[in-house]
Amino acid sequence: MKIVLAKFLRDLPAVLGLAIIVLGLLVAIFATQLAPHPGDAFQSNLLQRFKPPSDAFLFGTDNLGRDILSRVILGTRSAFLIAVVVVLAAMLIGVPLGLAAGYLGGWRTEAIMRLTDIVLAVPQLILALALAQLMKPGLWTAMLALTLTYWPFFTRTVYAETRRLKASLFVEALQGIGASTWRILFLHILPNAASPIIVRATIGMGFTILTAAVLGFLGVGATPPDPDWGLAIAESRKFLPETWWFAMFPGLAIFVAVLGFNLLGDGLRDLVDPRLRRSR
Amino acid sequence: MIHFLVRRLLLVVPALLGLMVLTFVLVRVVPADPAATLAGENSSRQQIEEIRAKYGFDRPLYRQFVIYVGQVLSGDLGNSVFSNRPVSADVRRTLPATIELTFVALLLATLIGIPLGTLAAVRHNGALDHIVRIATVGGLAVASFWFAIMLQLFFSMELEWLPLRGRIGVNIGAPANVTGFFLIDSLVEGRLDRFASALRHIALPAVTLALPALATIARFARVGVLDTMQRDFVQYETAIGYPHRRIVWVYVLRNSVITVITQIGLLFGALISSAVAVEAIFDWPGIGSYAVQAILAADYKAILAVTLVVGVIYALVNIAVDLVQGLLDPRVAAQL
Repeated sequence: MKIVLAKFLRDLPAVLGLAIIVLGLLVAIFATQLAPHPGDAFQSNLLQRFKPPSDAFLFGTDNLGRDILSRVILGTRSAFLIAVVVVLAAMLIGVPLGLAAGYLGGWRTEAIMRLTDIVLAVPQLILALALAQLMKPGLWTAMLALTLTYWPFFTRTVYAETRRLKASLFVEALQGIGASTWRILFLHILPNAASPIIVRATIGMGFTILTAAVLGFLGVGATPPDPDWGLAIAESRKFLPETWWFAMFPGLAIFVAVLGFNLLGDGLRDLVDPRLRRSR
Repeated sequence: MIHFLVRRLLLVVPALLGLMVLTFVLVRVVPADPAATLAGENSSRQQIEEIRAKYGFDRPLYRQFVIYVGQVLSGDLGNSVFSNRPVSADVRRTLPATIELTFVALLLATLIGIPLGTLAAVRHNGALDHIVRIATVGGLAVASFWFAIMLQLFFSMELEWLPLRGRIGVNIGAPANVTGFFLIDSLVEGRLDRFASALRHIALPAVTLALPALATIARFARVGVLDTMQRDFVQYETAIGYPHRRIVWVYVLRNSVITVITQIGLLFGALISSAVAVEAIFDWPGIGSYAVQAILAADYKAILAVTLVVGVIYALVNIAVDLVQGLLDPRVAAQL
């Protein structure tokens, strides 16, 4: 464990990623305290519309005179909330299915993996868009749509891992002493498959923030006046090129957040996957 | 090889059937009352009942599914509510624009990505390697719709170098339809002005789409080349005195490019996904902006068709990837 930690700490990009995520989480938790104008989440100040970035408004103000810095800070909440909820929910669906498919064999494996193939046969965004629109559009339906389209990625990962582990000696030994299938799957195989799941989850959170931003941008995610990054960029388009700051800063926030998860995910993958580690 | 092709094509059939089940479930089961959803919010009970009978929602689900499959197989995807045309005609009209766009983007990404990744691998742990590594992670973190707007802001609005939106200049007009790809059709006609206009219009959307693809390709090229460089044949070739350049750019690259090709195939799905938002921003008349219109107008037939068409293209691209892998690597072909 110590060696792994030391190795991780030497990987500067990964540490930077972790720092970004921790910082982002802190910003999300203390958003109302940190935002210079926390009230600007919902109220507008029409006298202060379209102010360019200045000392008073670091990121400028938007079409309703709201402080963009405050709204970017408040937007961290929904971004991280979506990322965490969607990935956890997708794990809850995908991981048990992957375990079952990898271990049970027969028609059950076939059924699960074919279902996985079908969902993966359509690009995630298109499926999520269709789902989110068919249900009532909003933040929670967007989360549901993203979850329903992301779980197969976990199933694939866990399936491959479970099949590999099933053939190993310790599983055979457990079967020999009569351990139940549930016990073998959840107490023995799952912990051994944890690393690829964690890597997948980390990268998945960055990916989910991006996809959720697209949903918000296209109007099937967060609804006004929620301080959502994707939604803000969509609103800003009507006022370009004069108010460039309105479009720029929410996009930078998305970039930094996703970058954090991607850097950390890459670092973790290098720790976990010996094949990729060698090639660095 | 032919045996493999036939088997792969046969596998598309269950995948297609699965797709149809999925799209069917999407439209008929997900909304609590599809007839009411179709009729819209301000419709009377009677209107809803009429729609229920007209679309066959009053029949048992399995009957509805059989009818739906029959319609799709005969090429009848229904009529679009917002364009008032058959959806199949809309798809035929918009698909070439998207394929042209994704193809140019992939070409751009491959032509820059592979050399970039290879250079980074050759200078392993050098300055260029670090820059490429940071840039590849960064390129995947950019929201494409935001990047598109930033490009518009800078190159179209500020510098006024490139057009803001559209596929070709309005006063120049579209070339006669031969392949549906403006870049090719304009050359077929010998109209260089149209070609130039099409090229100027495709530049920004293609660059937007190419960015994440470029990052992925460069990254896999780098890892692939690093892996291959450690193989015995490289040592052997170095020992007998082959020029380093030739070893890297011919032998190593050829052996590394296989993983990259798999990635290019997988990227196609990602590209179509990002094309949805990017096309909407640049008013690119492709299937992506069509999908956005369909979704915002809650046009079920069109949503279904887009999902189905994209799924089919995705499956075909995956087969193509397998074939190219087989052609490049005799070991893969032997397994097929």
